[in-house]
Amino acid sequence: MDALLQQFFNFDIMMQASPIILRGFGMTLLLCLVVIPMGLLGGLAVALASLSPIRAVRWITIVFVDLFRAIPPLALLIFISAGLPFADIRISPFTAVCISFLLNNSAYYGEIYRSGIESIGSGQTDASRSTGLSATQTMAYVILPQAVRNVLPDLISNTVEVVKLTSLASVVAFAELLYAADMARSVTYNASPITFAAILYLIVLWPVVRLLSRLENKMQN
Amino acid sequence: MTQYERFLDTFFNPEVMANYFPKIVEGLLVTCQIAFLVVISGIVFGLALALLRSYRWTPVNLAIIFFVDMFRALPPLVLILILYFGLPNVGFTLSGYVVLWLVLTCVLAAFSEEIFWAGILSVDKGQWMASRSTGMSYTQTLLNVVMPQAIRLTIPPLTNRTIAITKNTALGMVIGVDELLNEATTAQAFSGNATPLMMGAIAYLILFVPVVYLGRYIEHRFAWRKV
Repeated sequence: MDALLQQFFNFDIMMQASPIILRGFGMTLLLCLVVIPMGLLGGLAVALASLSPIRAVRWITIVFVDLFRAIPPLALLIFISAGLPFADIRISPFTAVCISFLLNNSAYYGEIYRSGIESIGSGQTDASRSTGLSATQTMAYVILPQAVRNVLPDLISNTVEVVKLTSLASVVAFAELLYAADMARSVTYNASPITFAAILYLIVLWPVVRLLSRLENKMQN
Repeated sequence: MTQYERFLDTFFNPEVMANYFPKIVEGLLVTCQIAFLVVISGIVFGLALALLRSYRWTPVNLAIIFFVDMFRALPPLVLILILYFGLPNVGFTLSGYVVLWLVLTCVLAAFSEEIFWAGILSVDKGQWMASRSTGMSYTQTLLNVVMPQAIRLTIPPLTNRTIAITKNTALGMVIGVDELLNEATTAQAFSGNATPLMMGAIAYLILFVPVVYLGRYIEHRFAWRKV
């Protein structure tokens, strides 16, 4: 039992490692601030394109969504960060993470928005158009606000997944929370720094997960 | 060499392709194997937890909720690193393969427990009462009346979640499991050529595009028709 505590909950080691881990935590938050809005906007663009009146645009969107839902996020990230240099394109780990997250998250958020938009009856569009609103105005002021409200739990749940996914950035040496913790782990030969990182992830995500599970169960009743 | 030829030589080099084809296939098989094991054990474990939770035994329920919250809130890669690097120092060495299987099983169990539980809650109370008043026991009611109705609602979200978690087998690369992504990056490092990465990406598409399509079909097929 003592060995377990020493290996996973060593308070001294956690304190020693805390400066770099907290800096990594800051980087994780920064990364989230960049990739979440990017994914939300990219997803909206994907959803609107998937409902386009032009058939070719719809087909291209479907291929895009299926492609990036099929490839594991880590494989996509490695492909971009290790593959692009071969094409003489040099990018920083941060850029590689942003590109791969934009592609992956747009596909997932896009599917959520689309199901939201499809959940709104066509009567709403008819009514809105007949009052004189343009198609764009109808989408922006009538359909989207209702659609987003209907799929809000899914949007939040996907955002939790995105925050968890930022941990993959550690694999391409972007100095976020898990990277910093793993550095400290390899120097101290002790897993406590990663436990510390896990606690930080929990502080951010546990309340959201709790909220989600209440929302989900409330919708059933 | 023209730009186009250089591109082909870097990403679709036939020689490199022939050299590393067997390795990529081996990796693909390992990925399939882990994915299969995770799907079976994760869903069975999740279903067992949801059934157990329906008996509403407070200490057990609190434990289940805690387990589910942990595995929903923590990034799988964090759990993988903690177990893989932490356990050997307390005299308990697990191979990368086992760690990957264990973590993904728990993650899938957590998500599928929530989905099954939501399904159980969605079944009307009258179904419980009617079934109990015909003389069936609680367990008989749960298994023969409630679950068959609950399962229908759970299939679309369960399929999507299972696909998402199965793709996490790629995380095995970080702890040296010889699955597809690991074989592809190793081959890329040895050959100094990006072709193995391209092969890895194509192999993932061959494996997962049909699964994503199946998910789409199931979502459509089981959707509740609006009345």
